[in-house]
Amino acid sequence: METELSQEEKKALLQIASPSQHFVEGEKNYEIVTEQIGSMVLNQKKHGIPWFVAFFIGFVLLNVLMASVGWLLYKGVGVWGINIPSAWGADIINFVWWIGIGHAGTLISAILLLARQQWRNSINRFAEAMTLFAVMCAGLYPLLHTGRPWVAYWLFPYPNILGAWPQFRSPLLWDVFAVSTYMTVSAMFWFVGLVPDLALLRDRTSNKVVRFILGIAALGWRGSAKHWYRYEISYLILAGLSAPLVLSVHTIVSFDFAVSQIPGWHTTIFPPYFVAGAVYAGFAMVLILMIPIRAWYNLKDLITMKHIDWMAKIMLTTGLIVFYGYIMENFIGLYSGNKYEMAIVYNRWCGPYRVAYWGLIFCNGLAPQILWFPKVRANVKWLWASSLVVSIGMWLERYVIIPVSLTRDFLPSSWGYYTPSFWDWAMFLGTIGLFTFLIFLFTRFLPIINIFEVKDLLHRERGHHAHDGDNEQPLEQAKVPVLAEK
Amino acid sequence: MASTIYGMVAEFKSESQILNAAKKTKAEGYNRVEAYTPLPVHGLAEIIGLDIKDTLLPWIIFLAGVAGLVGGFGMEWWVSVIEYPLNVGGRPLLSWVQFIPVAYECTILAAAGAAVVGMFALNGLPRPHHPIFNAKRFERASNDRFFLCIEAADAKFDSKRTAAFLSTLDALSVSEVED
Repeated sequence: METELSQEEKKALLQIASPSQHFVEGEKNYEIVTEQIGSMVLNQKKHGIPWFVAFFIGFVLLNVLMASVGWLLYKGVGVWGINIPSAWGADIINFVWWIGIGHAGTLISAILLLARQQWRNSINRFAEAMTLFAVMCAGLYPLLHTGRPWVAYWLFPYPNILGAWPQFRSPLLWDVFAVSTYMTVSAMFWFVGLVPDLALLRDRTSNKVVRFILGIAALGWRGSAKHWYRYEISYLILAGLSAPLVLSVHTIVSFDFAVSQIPGWHTTIFPPYFVAGAVYAGFAMVLILMIPIRAWYNLKDLITMKHIDWMAKIMLTTGLIVFYGYIMENFIGLYSGNKYEMAIVYNRWCGPYRVAYWGLIFCNGLAPQILWFPKVRANVKWLWASSLVVSIGMWLERYVIIPVSLTRDFLPSSWGYYTPSFWDWAMFLGTIGLFTFLIFLFTRFLPIINIFEVKDLLHRERGHHAHDGDNEQPLEQAKVPVLAEK
Repeated sequence: MASTIYGMVAEFKSESQILNAAKKTKAEGYNRVEAYTPLPVHGLAEIIGLDIKDTLLPWIIFLAGVAGLVGGFGMEWWVSVIEYPLNVGGRPLLSWVQFIPVAYECTILAAAGAAVVGMFALNGLPRPHHPIFNAKRFERASNDRFFLCIEAADAKFDSKRTAAFLSTLDALSVSEVED
């Protein structure tokens, strides 16, 4: 960190330090904003080599996913490393990891909206898309873990010839409802946000096929004032519904563990610390994706260093909450006087999985502390690297929670050891592929920044200057002659 | 079929201009007025005139939420107590505390669904075509122009006088819209 600061870093530092509340930079008006974002969809030539490389990697790994799912369906869940006593393994680790990543999207789009954090307008669309794709990746795991995903509909309550009904007292069933509701509501929220932008692109494109498709997707949106009025009510209430929903989803995920009696799981701190961890991991993923994308597509004046800085600060804050969670977990374990709880603390520190535990403390607890320094937050490379470290740390967290407790419960005779198999890793890589694949398809075919909300932000920041200059053609006469009638 | 007139439309450059124009139009006594803007302009719908239909949405969402709650909890109760009672160590069948998460998710799902479906339905969408799309340069209504339309259905509408009135409002253009 002792090296000379580059010109760009100096500029970034100044931006971060400045008290200005401006989140749109450069020469801008509505037309420029539309062109800058809309052309990513309408002008397909804008997608160059970086897009192809990223998309290709995603595509290759997606094929790895298809192969591993195919093999799993052919052979059964035995191809994973799970067995008694560790009946849950990488599948649930990855499920929790992915669903946590999704949470930042809803936090940005809903909670920051309710908190009147208008700077979110430039990042919410992308973060919501990330939520959707992350929840898709997450949903695959429990589905495949059932062993027979083709009868996964048995999870839902419906009258059937088996005469059986789901057990509503089980957190696993709560999960079914929480995750499917979350997926549905996130998709609706995302779509509602997209409609005015789709209408804009429909009006702008010169390609008839594209206009036809966008015309259907935009539902005939025409921007009527009364429509906007109801739209805003609906959007705000959706945000109000999504905010507690997102908290409930990871709370219920943590209930999968906390409601059981396994030492290390049976603890009341799980819900809040799972939610904080989810937001933490999610912001890390937003930064991992946004830092390169804003550079590739010249979006640095819409997703400014100030956005990046504030996201880094939220990441640091939630990271501290998570770290506090780790400390309390140890304290409660040791203070409980319960020998099984004390043993699990000892096991985490010195047991067979100690490398994962200390790795987690390093990645989630210690390493992110460098974000206290403005110099680090102004340096996108350092920030990107720290976000990656946090993502690894959050994966390790779930790794430590799941096998460590499962393989070291009450009876030493039932102890074991868990190692993820080749196919566990293949499938994890595969879901990363699916996620990358979808993210880059989205980047190419839908506006990745909410255009009308950025205009709203621009209007708030610049007022009248948000409009183009007086280079318009003079007042057009009406078709009918204007008569000077009384 | 002979072309009929849907209304007279004026094009404006900014939020403040259209707010101003809408106020003047209402003051002039026009009632069938609608504005089309690329982004929500606060206060515009109120000026143009809200009716009872516009304030219905929150109630629809609330009632859907209540229905989701009652429906979700009712389903859990019916399944666990009536249809498929499982005696687990003599614990109560109506263990309502453990029914909260699912009932809660059902509430959110129903309310959110109503928020989306209700909003589009009250707006009369999806509707692929609308006469306003015939307006000149209307493709900019979703980008950077603000349109105000006085509909021909207005009692006071008269193409000459309405056009004359609109052109006093500092509009970029005034034109007729065919139905």
